[in-house]
Amino acid sequence: MSILIENARVIDPGSGLDAVTPVCIQGSEILALGAVPEGFEPRRRIDASGLWLFPGIVDLSAHLREPGEEHKATIASETQAAARGGITTVVVPPDTTPPIDSPAEVELISRRAEQACGVRVLTMGALTRGLHGEQLAEMAALKRAGVVAVGNAWRPLASPLVLRRAMEYAATFDLMVSLSAQDASLTGSGCVHEGAVSTRLGLPGIPEAAETAALGGILALVEQTGARVHVNRLSTRRGAEMIAKARADGLPVSADVAAHQLFLTEVDVADFNPLCHVMPPLRTQRDREGLRDAVARGEISAVCSDHQPHESDSKLGPFAETRPGISGLETLLPLTLRLVEEGLMPLSAALARITAGPADILGLGSGRLSRGAPADFVLFDPEALNEITPESWLSAGSNSPFIGWTFSGRVTETWVAGRPAWTLPAEDSA
Amino acid sequence: MIPVAAPASQLPQAGPLPNSLQLTPDGRLQHLLTVEGLSRDLLNEILDTAESFANMNEKAVKKVPLLRGKTIVNLFFEASTRTRTTFELAAKRLSADVLNINVSTSSAVKGETLLDTLRNLEAMNVDMFVVRHQQSGAAHFMARHVEPGISVLNAGDGRHAHPTQALLDMFTIRRFKGDFTRLKIAIVGDILHSRVARSQIHALNILQTGEVRVVAPHSLLPAHVEDLGVHVYHNLEQGLHDVDVVIMLRLQRERMEHAHLPSEHEYFQLFGLTRRRLHLAKPGCLVMHPGPANRGVEIDSAVADGAQSVILQQVTFGIAVRMAVMSMVMGVRGS
Repeated sequence: MSILIENARVIDPGSGLDAVTPVCIQGSEILALGAVPEGFEPRRRIDASGLWLFPGIVDLSAHLREPGEEHKATIASETQAAARGGITTVVVPPDTTPPIDSPAEVELISRRAEQACGVRVLTMGALTRGLHGEQLAEMAALKRAGVVAVGNAWRPLASPLVLRRAMEYAATFDLMVSLSAQDASLTGSGCVHEGAVSTRLGLPGIPEAAETAALGGILALVEQTGARVHVNRLSTRRGAEMIAKARADGLPVSADVAAHQLFLTEVDVADFNPLCHVMPPLRTQRDREGLRDAVARGEISAVCSDHQPHESDSKLGPFAETRPGISGLETLLPLTLRLVEEGLMPLSAALARITAGPADILGLGSGRLSRGAPADFVLFDPEALNEITPESWLSAGSNSPFIGWTFSGRVTETWVAGRPAWTLPAEDSA
Repeated sequence: MIPVAAPASQLPQAGPLPNSLQLTPDGRLQHLLTVEGLSRDLLNEILDTAESFANMNEKAVKKVPLLRGKTIVNLFFEASTRTRTTFELAAKRLSADVLNINVSTSSAVKGETLLDTLRNLEAMNVDMFVVRHQQSGAAHFMARHVEPGISVLNAGDGRHAHPTQALLDMFTIRRFKGDFTRLKIAIVGDILHSRVARSQIHALNILQTGEVRVVAPHSLLPAHVEDLGVHVYHNLEQGLHDVDVVIMLRLQRERMEHAHLPSEHEYFQLFGLTRRRLHLAKPGCLVMHPGPANRGVEIDSAVADGAQSVILQQVTFGIAVRMAVMSMVMGVRGS
């Protein structure tokens, strides 16, 4: 099908394009931008006056809960939520049940995703068998099955030696290793940042050093092995500074941060708000500002949703007994755009952190609007209000502290591979 | 854009401030979850009310009909003898019906959630829960989820708070020492894991105590403890100098297993309260301990049983303070 979208403000942070210009789509790809090629006869014309058109969002960390925890959410429910949030590609971490440590799980997830709304579901393979942190997973087979990277989710590795060998082995197949920077023993039973709030509430804390000590070990091994490593979900200013320095030194490392870390702090945990129980924990205002600056400067080149939907029982209990995580797919774009509103960074840079930035980390062709790129894009009405209400929420997990917030601008359509994956319901678009 | 308030829904909501959760709109005590945030007036009102019950407790007939017909459940998820029995006695002296439930040996092991336990007991038309739980925030959680009109008293939640213990300690100090503004008070020991210490620190600061000190090795102090309004000492001799009251905390045996300390022996050498060390404090310095004491670990028997010790009075006053809190949350006053 050939489609011509006219009069949209087209923003492509990957190329720096920001202009009202036509976009031509042929089949699943972008045929042309800027000028309609001669002889192009669109079957359909879309007048997108007043709307923005930008690349579909690439989310580096979204738990869809399938297989294994379908009582929390399913690939079908969560890809709908993703599409509503303007996300066209999600990466599923390997800690499903069973974990993604063999081609069977990769294929299962791909098959389920094909039956869903069209959002691309990519998988991250396990670094170690069963995520137990001891024996290596069969990474070559995982790569053949289609994983975009390997990692151990947030499960600990038995020793730095296992990490070293895993990095070396993954590098053999040019597989990126995605790691969490959180030392398990320094974390202990901690459930909040170790600081003034943990002291006040008497909750076991996770010190900053749990992140920086682990990160120091990871960076030393990157230097040793030359492996390509991505650090998933930083939480401290100091950690962001270490990544910035390592990148400046030329190490092949990148990092992302969860969108909620840029807005919430340890103070939001008081008094025992289970919706703000996340891992890594919300830290201090100083950490939040440090993370924001690193995102603005591009030292942290991706912002992810860190989507972790839960059934309501998971959040009903004394704080430490509740499950960590925020359902984040539907607020990734609004929160990222809020950074622009708050004057932290220009629109194009903010969009880059959720499109070209994460796509480049994975080496994907998406996240851009160039000719020949997949026709994954978002139509966005900057004038409308986006009230986050329980009624309009699509994720099966309603565990979000942002429900009740109002954001400016909302997604009207999300397209994947030249087809709409989500359209704003007519009664809402008035 | 400014975030606007969420519409009412069945979703778990962000928590209100401790005060709005434990106080009624007109400022009366609805639950007692934490000392933090209580006004000085309210704290004094509790102590004054306890004073009237303390006098009554010394009489031959120790019972008043203030809570006749009310049902109080002591819901203990952690073992306790002293706290549970004093709550039970307090309830009985107010003529309430009391039910003791030790959940560590019943539902929790069968996988029943705290909320299920709560709902089942509520169905039995309970008026008040006295809850002790190993998790910080458990009492807040219950208060947020109980039916209107039911009160929750926190009898200790994790490392967070033990408000009635702190109140009975304040009662004891007030009885023996009077004006808090002139006092220097040291809390010695495992501050990191202590809900008692946290509640005491809040209470002492609300009562505008002259100086509040904590004395402990770094490994037993929580991060930014000075933000709670205390002066930090790592040396017991210095920490005891010129104090009017010393409160010793219990040292749990498992602290050695988790590398907080090398040994009980070394702890006693450095932080144990002995007669010799007590001489460094002001003459007549009160010695307090929330119990149960580890003799020879944090306190020498000669001190625990000595003339300056008010450890047993603390237990006695605990009944009056708990009667005061129970009657106040039920909206009745003793006289």
